[in-house]
Amino acid sequence: MSEGLTTALPPVKRRNAELVMLLLAIGITMFAMISAGLAYTGELPPSLFMYAVPFAGMALLAHVFIRFFAPYADPLLLPLATLLNGLGIAMLWRILDAPQLVPEFASEGATESSMTQLMLTAGSMVVFAGIVFFLKEPRTLQRYPYLIGLAAVVLLLLPLLPGLGFSVNGARQWINLGFTSLQPSEFAKIALVIFLAGYMVTKRDVLALVSKPIKIGPIKVLELPRMRDMAPMAAMWGFCIIVLVILMNDLGTSLLLFGTFLAMIYVATQRSSWIILGLTAFFGACALLYPFVPHFRVRMITWLDAFNPDVYCSDAVMASADEAFCKVSGTSQQLVGGLFAMGEGGILGAGLGGGEVRGIIEVQNDFIFTAFGEELGLTGVMVMLMALALLAQRGMRIALASRELFVKMFASGISFLIAFQTFVVIGGVTRVIPMTGATIPFVAKGGSALLSSWIMLALLVRMSNNARKPAPVAIQDEGATQVISR
Amino acid sequence: MSDLTLMLIKLAFLAVLWLFVIMAVGVIRTDLFGPATSKAKRSGGSARPEPRRAKPAPRGRRNEPRSLVVTKGPLAGTTLDLSSQPITIGRAKDATLVISDDYASGRHARIFSDNGRWIVEDLGSTNGTYLGQNRLTRPQPITVGQPIRIGKTVLELRK
Repeated sequence: MSEGLTTALPPVKRRNAELVMLLLAIGITMFAMISAGLAYTGELPPSLFMYAVPFAGMALLAHVFIRFFAPYADPLLLPLATLLNGLGIAMLWRILDAPQLVPEFASEGATESSMTQLMLTAGSMVVFAGIVFFLKEPRTLQRYPYLIGLAAVVLLLLPLLPGLGFSVNGARQWINLGFTSLQPSEFAKIALVIFLAGYMVTKRDVLALVSKPIKIGPIKVLELPRMRDMAPMAAMWGFCIIVLVILMNDLGTSLLLFGTFLAMIYVATQRSSWIILGLTAFFGACALLYPFVPHFRVRMITWLDAFNPDVYCSDAVMASADEAFCKVSGTSQQLVGGLFAMGEGGILGAGLGGGEVRGIIEVQNDFIFTAFGEELGLTGVMVMLMALALLAQRGMRIALASRELFVKMFASGISFLIAFQTFVVIGGVTRVIPMTGATIPFVAKGGSALLSSWIMLALLVRMSNNARKPAPVAIQDEGATQVISR
Repeated sequence: MSDLTLMLIKLAFLAVLWLFVIMAVGVIRTDLFGPATSKAKRSGGSARPEPRRAKPAPRGRRNEPRSLVVTKGPLAGTTLDLSSQPITIGRAKDATLVISDDYASGRHARIFSDNGRWIVEDLGSTNGTYLGQNRLTRPQPITVGQPIRIGKTVLELRK
């Protein structure tokens, strides 16, 4: 790519900077719980230490682990993830547990607790440590691109199996494993990034260089790839549209995967014609599908016409989709509720525990962002966006600093995934794009999403360590002999 | 708990959140602006970074050249920091300054330091290295501002 440019990171460890940032992130989490508790009951939450001690312990253990096994890793990755995860847990505690402390708000038979999320975080961190420990060289993943690609497809298709898969809110994206349920698409997207990185490394030149100019008169309008080079794009497009949108009603994953695919092909080839082609094909398909896929139509109507009283709670929308789906999200009630909550928050927010976030449908999942919007206001929400943006920025920086093409593609794919997923969720919640049902990385409730976020973080930590590690010293002063570490 | 206290707690919380962001940006500032020496390298199109152990030129005497600048040719504007290491110029991939010039040889010329004097030497190139108007026949000392021509590329030493 760019050999001459100095993009390498200085080989410094900066573990103490990480520790300071991490302690601050833990402190913020505790502060959030304390302030929510004070607002609710006027005293410190009784379960504070049940959360504080394990959470701080896990985060510090992860830090010590990185000190030993990835000492050159980027110092911001772990603190940023801890902050987002901690804010998520604190907000869930505020939504699910805090009201139980006050008799008048307590609801009988409430089983959900943010303790689950804390335990899921612990589990995810174990997986995080495992990946950092065992995957010494991410480039080894390059050996099996097609197997991993196949795994991604199988994971995506698993929920379609009768008996195994089931639908939540109309989207068929869950599988039941008996003891727990999983959302395999969360892991499929990581597998897809690995596959695409491996594939692009080998096919990059063909995709980048061979082109057919399209001219109107003497002016060159667009350079199109040859038909045969479009096969991967066509396959990806077909998969996203037919399987995900039509069969599984999973708009969020479809958008996410296709967006990631376009971003990675653009990173590999630096040709905008791929993006133009891909977006045209995707939006064209969406326009064609509009009359035929009820689920998709409902999402569009509730997006474009959310404030119409008929759509807010309408029979027309109800009639166009199946009954069960309508009961949950067939109307724009959820979207409008979220918008009003965020409007209520204003610039500074109502303070943690001061809002009425429980009124929003699904506030602990997709709509947790609106809870932050109401209670922390624009000021707080911006911090959350900054944290996610910094995470994606660090990922792109790692891609720039890495020496191998595969790692460059891999890191940029993962960071784009984080950024794009944030956009899809927050864009949906704030009515910029239709609501699709994905989760903010690290923040929202849900084991699969949390686990896949920590897996992505582990990969970034490992890649940043390898990128920043000082280059092996030549044995002789001049000559090609090098120490290669494995 | 009075409303005022809650209000203060809320503001304090937001302030701490932003403190985190500001500190995070502070942590990455160093790799945005980087150590001071990396600037010259970044501007040098295809100039290779110097070998790791090369020390920067000693800054003592006043007329000592500190950098080699390309003034004409496809790489115009490129700057190389001088160190005690010799600089090779040519089309070969392993040259210190790789020039893509049809009139340049693979290993065309060499510029090296001899006790503080800088000397240019032609390495048996096909089209020759010119110091001013004269084709080099043997290694010759150069001073700051003297144009060295290799094919279409002109280089000179700068302070």
